[in-house]
Amino acid sequence: MKYWKGIEELESAPEFMQSAFAEFMPVKESHASSDATSAPRRDFLKLMGFGVAAATLASCETPVRKAIPYLNKPEEIDPSISNFYASTYFTGADYNAVLVKTREGRPIKLEGNPESPINRGGLSARAQAAVLSLYDGGRLQHFAIKSGNEHQKAEVAAVDQAIRTKLAATTGRIAIVSPTIISPTTKKAIAEFATRYPNTTHVMYDAQSVTGLLQANNGIVPGYNFSRANIIVSLGADFLGTWISPVEYSRAYAMTRKINRDKRSMSRHYQFETAMTLSGSNADIRVAVKPSEMGAVALALYNAVTGAGGASSYKNDKLAQAAADLKANRGASLVVSGSNDPAVQSLVTAINQALGNLGTTVDLTAPSYVRQGDDARMAALVNDMNNGSVGAVIFYNANPVYNHPLAAKVKSGIAKVPLTISLNDRLDETGILCQYAAPDNHWLESWNDFEPKRGFLSLAQPTITPLFETRQAQESLLRWAGNNTTYYKYLRSNWRALTPTDAAWDKVVHDGVATGSALPPAPAMLHAALAPDAAAAQLQRPASSTGIELALYEKVGIGAAGCEANNPFLQELPDPVSKATWGNYVAVPRKMAVENKWKQNDVIKVSANGYSIELPVLIQPGQANGTVSIALGYGRTLAGKAGDKVGANAAPLAMINANGTMYNNVVTLTKTDATSPIAQTQTHHTIMDRKPVVQENTLAQYIKNPKEVTEYEKIATPDGLEKPNKVSLWQDYSYNNHHWGMAVDLNSCIGCGSCVIGCQTENNTAVVGKQEVINRREMHWMRIDRYYSSDHHKDEFETVGKVGTYAAMEDPSDNPQVIFQPMMCQQCNHAPCETVCPVLATTHSTEGLNQMTYNRCIGTRYCANNCPYKVRRFNWFSYYSNEKFETVNGHMFTDLGRMVLNPDVTVRARGVMEKCSFCIQRIQLGKLEAKKQKRRPVDGEIVSACAQSCPTEAIVFGDMRDPNSRLSQLLRREDGERAFHALDAINVQPNVTYLTKIRNAESEFFAKENA
Amino acid sequence: MQHVSAVREPLVTGGKTLHDVTQDICYQVEAKPNIRWMAALSVALFFLGVFFYSVYRTVWYGIGEWGLNKTVNWAWDITNFVWWVGIGHAGTLISAVLLLFRQKWRSSINRAAEAMTIFAVICAAMFPVLHMGRPWLAFYVFPLQNTLGSLWVNFNSPLLWDVFAISTYFTVSLVFWYIGLIPDFASIRDRAKGTIAKFSYSMLSFGWKGSAKAWSRYETVSLILAGVSTPLVLSVHTIVSMDFATSVVPGWHTTIFPPYFVAGAIFSGFAMVLTLMLITRVVFRLEDYITLEHIALMNKIMMVTGSIVGVAYITEFFIAWYSQVEFEQYAFINRATGPYWWAYASMMTCNVITPQLVWFRRVRYSIPLTFILSIIVNIGMWFERFVIIVTSLHRDYLPSSWAMFSPSIIDIGLYVGTLGLFFTLFLLFAKFFPVINMAEVKTILKYTVDNGPTYNPQKAAHAHAPQPAIGAPASAPITYNKHD
Repeated sequence: MKYWKGIEELESAPEFMQSAFAEFMPVKESHASSDATSAPRRDFLKLMGFGVAAATLASCETPVRKAIPYLNKPEEIDPSISNFYASTYFTGADYNAVLVKTREGRPIKLEGNPESPINRGGLSARAQAAVLSLYDGGRLQHFAIKSGNEHQKAEVAAVDQAIRTKLAATTGRIAIVSPTIISPTTKKAIAEFATRYPNTTHVMYDAQSVTGLLQANNGIVPGYNFSRANIIVSLGADFLGTWISPVEYSRAYAMTRKINRDKRSMSRHYQFETAMTLSGSNADIRVAVKPSEMGAVALALYNAVTGAGGASSYKNDKLAQAAADLKANRGASLVVSGSNDPAVQSLVTAINQALGNLGTTVDLTAPSYVRQGDDARMAALVNDMNNGSVGAVIFYNANPVYNHPLAAKVKSGIAKVPLTISLNDRLDETGILCQYAAPDNHWLESWNDFEPKRGFLSLAQPTITPLFETRQAQESLLRWAGNNTTYYKYLRSNWRALTPTDAAWDKVVHDGVATGSALPPAPAMLHAALAPDAAAAQLQRPASSTGIELALYEKVGIGAAGCEANNPFLQELPDPVSKATWGNYVAVPRKMAVENKWKQNDVIKVSANGYSIELPVLIQPGQANGTVSIALGYGRTLAGKAGDKVGANAAPLAMINANGTMYNNVVTLTKTDATSPIAQTQTHHTIMDRKPVVQENTLAQYIKNPKEVTEYEKIATPDGLEKPNKVSLWQDYSYNNHHWGMAVDLNSCIGCGSCVIGCQTENNTAVVGKQEVINRREMHWMRIDRYYSSDHHKDEFETVGKVGTYAAMEDPSDNPQVIFQPMMCQQCNHAPCETVCPVLATTHSTEGLNQMTYNRCIGTRYCANNCPYKVRRFNWFSYYSNEKFETVNGHMFTDLGRMVLNPDVTVRARGVMEKCSFCIQRIQLGKLEAKKQKRRPVDGEIVSACAQSCPTEAIVFGDMRDPNSRLSQLLRREDGERAFHALDAINVQPNVTYLTKIRNAESEFFAKENA
Repeated sequence: MQHVSAVREPLVTGGKTLHDVTQDICYQVEAKPNIRWMAALSVALFFLGVFFYSVYRTVWYGIGEWGLNKTVNWAWDITNFVWWVGIGHAGTLISAVLLLFRQKWRSSINRAAEAMTIFAVICAAMFPVLHMGRPWLAFYVFPLQNTLGSLWVNFNSPLLWDVFAISTYFTVSLVFWYIGLIPDFASIRDRAKGTIAKFSYSMLSFGWKGSAKAWSRYETVSLILAGVSTPLVLSVHTIVSMDFATSVVPGWHTTIFPPYFVAGAIFSGFAMVLTLMLITRVVFRLEDYITLEHIALMNKIMMVTGSIVGVAYITEFFIAWYSQVEFEQYAFINRATGPYWWAYASMMTCNVITPQLVWFRRVRYSIPLTFILSIIVNIGMWFERFVIIVTSLHRDYLPSSWAMFSPSIIDIGLYVGTLGLFFTLFLLFAKFFPVINMAEVKTILKYTVDNGPTYNPQKAAHAHAPQPAIGAPASAPITYNKHD
């Protein structure tokens, strides 16, 4: 058979035959020829020119994709599969054992390490956000030597050489300044450095120090076991928010607050404090006191508890009640104090001793090491630096020019020290003044060990190779001391005694935590350093009864040291109580504001110690009369793009006395003409007596009958009163496989905000910056609603009238009770958002989830309007490309920052609605894992990011179709008792269930029944 | 001279003949643009520029350019949308409902009112598109066949109903208006001198010859379209009101909304017709066609609908009290006494109290007072929508999310920008299109043998003797008053 290429071939036309077997068309010799069979030379050139041009143009259009395949794929890295490594977060204040989630070799999220006996899987907001700091472009990216006013990039070897030479030639003292170091091996490295340079001293100071506590307890911070305390009295210690080890304490505290019908008891928490702190807002009974009265309160409590007849100027019914409760719970009560006055702390120790709490709630065998700073030594060093007796100073993650109260003297001192070295991760306020910068690795790039409490150890391991040309600080110190081992080897050999075999070591690296101690045992028995009488005599007296007292406090998010100031997640984390973001402010009681005719946002000038700052006023219910409060940790000038010039630095307002730093002072306030808006995520503060939103009741009522603590709304039907979900226009969905749900125990939720940041890192939620928060457009998928109680209630309708009562109900009480309500998408079964979307961009899944299809969304925002919970968030701008957001949301703008984004979650485009998805990517992952193993997902295997991070386990996530899941069991148990849906009567049938808050005191939140 | 009834006031004054009508109305189209028109157009074009700038900012940077927030997701955008749609209603009511009820006085105003409808709907339609986060995907709202199988629109969503309601309304109004224009375009074509004008108007007039058959079909189509439009007067704003009524937001979730919105729409529409007519009749010297009687009649409709709206406002409060629903009660207490009390007070004053002045005959027949009143009603009706949308949203269920709304410069720019767009279109219409329906006005003139379409006795014996073209019976009363 023969196939012809064409009719010409079949006919064997001569024209065809002529060129049939030639490979190329014959090239035409002359332009004049009209021979069609030969391609003209010029045409050839034209074609070639066109071809080259077309090829060039086409190659110009091709985008360059920087996807580089592994030449040799690391064994443990599979694209799209997450690896978890155990590590530890500790930046001088807040200890958390963590699991680092890495994707394709880059850390993208931190989760609590459930193996840790200290934080038990919980994580603070600060630790949650820390992963973002790894990719902070504001870090110093190489070693540097200062020449003139500039730091010039320098070779590591050159810096080492210069420092070694200068250190050897140093005649004066060599000081290493750092915040608290809890790493035994780091301390060993410092000791080795000190052996090489014998006149070395290591000075630790804390931005929020507990020197007084250390002094009063023979140099240790006792371990506090809140879980065994029936009565907790805190004298100004914000142990749930910032004091010493908040995650550990929160977890233990929450254990005493969880109740059910079989355990109808809970702790009672008294809080005497100046500012309204997170602990104060969770307290059953809160008393506002001035900082200067704190000593008198401690003395009065001591007297009441012991029956000693000493004189105290402080009298209060609540104090007497607290004393009575304490006496009734000897050995099962706990008194703590946040005062830095050793006299107050001595009294507190004496009270605990008198109550027999030592050994039960106050654990002396496992003291905490997370605060070791010594104010007096630091103050002495600052003086020595100024009088020229210091030959060299090394700042190791310490920024005293910013965060020490004697900042000005530190600054002048640095100028007088011949050799100054900064190991800080950036050219911060201190680093910029130092001659040498040898930046430390980020902790996620480092090996290290930690002993937060005696007997509890944990490790940090690198999860990514150092992003920049930095070197771990310990290694720098060892190099300068002449030891050339790597820090890993050094660490490993230091652990030889605890983990003799490689297998044992590998297990510790894998688990991240271990028991055992590298330190000598603590004193077995301890008594207050000062006898109570002596302490009483030494109590700090109010400097002036007329002056306005300032209390300096630490924010849950930013912290006092300011080292996380350039972390926009934390800057935008609303303060749990005031709900303010991006900056500090002067919290004033309403009475003072009214008397001085200050309004919120009016800027006032606060002066003390010859230093003054200007900050806006925030009217803070619960603030003690005659006092104001200002947060530390703001007003950085060299933190980085996001953190600079946010608020003002209040550290120099602290009072320095012989005992150390007192975080209070007498200040003068003068009003300026300026106003500066405070960016609050919540501007209405009371619940307006809306019981359908959030419910609470008293323990007394709960003990009487758990079925009467929650009010259930009923709908009138012809057949009588019915539950709202019995009357419906819509057909119910049937869920045959899973039905995801969540329960939030309002009794355990302390409002710390860890879940908010957990959600933000997990779901790539944009940071929007101060102005957009003022515009009420923050993007957090999850928020914690905070309500204050009001003095006015609906029972005044009859006497005052509705209009007047409603207006009065808008004002919170002067010392209000507080309730926190985490609020995220309620995943309604009859979701009002789903019916109104014209394009079906939000739909219901077969597993009960309300899903957003970003691709389909055209952004009418009707869903957000129709959401009764107002949890939907609209992308008002391109947060990843609009230059307005480059400073605050910078991580979405650079290749470096984008490494932190969770590749399983889309970064939402402008004009698209977004909201909580119940972490659908985690659900999907869990389901797929189970499917691969041919089984059902196990309860607890699939956890939303918020539930995972919650230090108090207030959030329970699970499958409601699984009758044995923790969630199903909880809902069955609490049904008809504490379980309620927010806004039940509008019949949107949420999949999130709240559990009524039970207060171990009189409730002032809602109108009294039958009033 | 025109025949004047002894008992009934004439609908067109000034003793107009049929020729006068043609002359008066075509004059505006044929004459050179006058300076007042030029000035007005420049102002309108300036605001049109503002509109384009605001649209650019909105589309380029995002909805964040507006003052909205996480709590108040609609404010000026939907306020303006509802306001403009409402304004359109008067045109349809005048052209369709009054045609069916044989209200002859509508003839002088229906053309301009219909044009107003169309331009108002164009302005209104800007907002549903612009308020979208991603307007370039606006076509998703159409139930288009697609390759994604079951991907479809949500027929439960009132916004989708809006898409159908507004597009139907716009189409029908446009067709109705254009068909009415055809005979008049033909008149202008026949008089046109310039080639461009001749060409344009002959294109626009679709080759209208004025044959009896054409007139008969014209009448039939007008009646059919009137019949189609009439339900639209009720349905469009009913559906717009359902955007709110079907929601769960306290203050929106109200069954009274459909009639209340329709009444409000007619109310605001008549106010806008009055505003425009009072200007047009002066600018184009059409006092004889748009008489004080017209003004008084429209004032009466305004007063009636205004009162209906007033009753609706009070009913909402009654139901809030009667229902004993806490959230509903608070929504209304907050509406009247909360931070936006001034908006509520403006709405009540403008919409309920001021229209009652129309009871006074002096007010009803006063041109300046009517003009002021019409402006006040327009303001009031804008505030009504603002009050409904913003004061309901800004404090709904969870006090934690309560927020205030304040407009950005772009919000304001878009609103005054659509006013610019509207007046640009209206001024162009008034200049290039006949603002009064000549053909229909001629039917309401009592005409004489002299100037009427005459009966030709020579052709009377013809088997297919044409009826008088403009429907006057041959036995029409004849007076012998001479023309001029």
